[in-house]
Amino acid sequence: MTNRISSMKLAERVQEGHVRAIARLITRVESGDPEVRQAMAQLYKCTGRAHVVGITGVPGAGKSTLVTQLVLEYRASGRTVGVVAIDPSSPFSGGAILGDRIRMGELVSDPGVFIRSMATRGTLGGLARPALDAVDLLDAGGFDVVLIETVGVGQDEVDIVRAAHTTVVVNAPGLGDDIQAIKAGVLEIADIHVVSKADRPDSNKTIQELKAMLMMSLEPGEGVWRVPVVPTSSEKHAGFGELMAAIDLHAEHLERSGEITERRRQIALTRVVKVAEEIVRDNFARDSRSQTEELLEKVTQRQLDPHGAAVTLLKAMKETIHESH
Amino acid sequence: MQNKDKNANVIRVMLAKIGLDGHDRGIKVVARALRDAGMDVVYTGLHRTPEEVVDAAVQEDVDILGISLLSGAHMHIFPKVLELLKAREADDMIIAGGGVIPDDDVEELYLMGVHKILLQDTPPQEIIDSFRQLVADRGAR
Repeated sequence: MTNRISSMKLAERVQEGHVRAIARLITRVESGDPEVRQAMAQLYKCTGRAHVVGITGVPGAGKSTLVTQLVLEYRASGRTVGVVAIDPSSPFSGGAILGDRIRMGELVSDPGVFIRSMATRGTLGGLARPALDAVDLLDAGGFDVVLIETVGVGQDEVDIVRAAHTTVVVNAPGLGDDIQAIKAGVLEIADIHVVSKADRPDSNKTIQELKAMLMMSLEPGEGVWRVPVVPTSSEKHAGFGELMAAIDLHAEHLERSGEITERRRQIALTRVVKVAEEIVRDNFARDSRSQTEELLEKVTQRQLDPHGAAVTLLKAMKETIHESH
Repeated sequence: MQNKDKNANVIRVMLAKIGLDGHDRGIKVVARALRDAGMDVVYTGLHRTPEEVVDAAVQEDVDILGISLLSGAHMHIFPKVLELLKAREADDMIIAGGGVIPDDDVEELYLMGVHKILLQDTPPQEIIDSFRQLVADRGAR
């Protein structure tokens, strides 16, 4: 009953910054609609202008609140901002409650801000392929900065660092002793550390511990990025201007040092690998089901090892892949 | 293998509370039920304006915008929402209402263009079924 507008048509409007067109194309990339691919290929050529910032941290650290305040800073500085806010899908039903908007209420009804909530759909590392397509769409739509707010990560889900130009890790005071900070993972991926809720008395301890940890891992030398620790407090509206300045400094550093080239290559690699994984998974599910069953049976019976079965499946897939994709 | 079509046909719903209405127990129960039925549910939180909700719904490109009202302001808020959707060329969005609404008003809201009214005693399964039906009737977009 509805008149479906072609994705190519919508892609043209995306470049004019048309909100409905951006929103609809995000829906289509999320649903894996094959019709959208040509349009995305076209739009990809217009991307690469936005500075992409990943915001990550443990659940409850204050990511959504921080995003809200940071967006307000960017708006005050005259820049437009796209936000991709990711929440976890239920592993049982596949559905999700996307609640990041609750804390972003004051941002809507500003045409310079576009917020989209997305679900993880069970991806490891919390960053699904469609989320990165959404970043492209916001980039092509002319937003100066794109913020990706990840799901609350633990200690090893560090996908974001391979998808953003600048990674901000949000730490909250009182969430653990110094051993937590020595652990690898989220500590190391930060280009900028934020200590949120800095109005709380125990925040100083967290700030000092983080700084001490960073000192230990600091490589001496000229032109090395020194990871700053920025205290913020949404209660007191403090620290967000400093955070924006730190992100801008990092962007300048990437350009000046030439590191930006390496980051872009890393992002490209992440993108390609994610799509390849998705194609392989879809193929397993769709095209070679009878063969998959047969191989699984052999693996279960210990007649074939998992590696051997995987190679056999991939070989068979080679035949079908160019037809379906 | 359960990844098959994992993204396809996920119904996106926004649940919204508009105006001076602090009762959100019901809407949270509905959000949970819809999630458990495999839908993506964007919840706006309390005390939003019609403009905020409509702009958010457009950005989120939801299939269904569900508004819960227990404040008695439904005859004021629904026309406003419908008008704003029209102004943003988003009047293909399905609009559902829930909460406490007198029968006479229900009639009038349907005439106005609200697609579905689900009153306070509606069992969760009925909400799920009617949302699926509404999206199926609309077709692909």
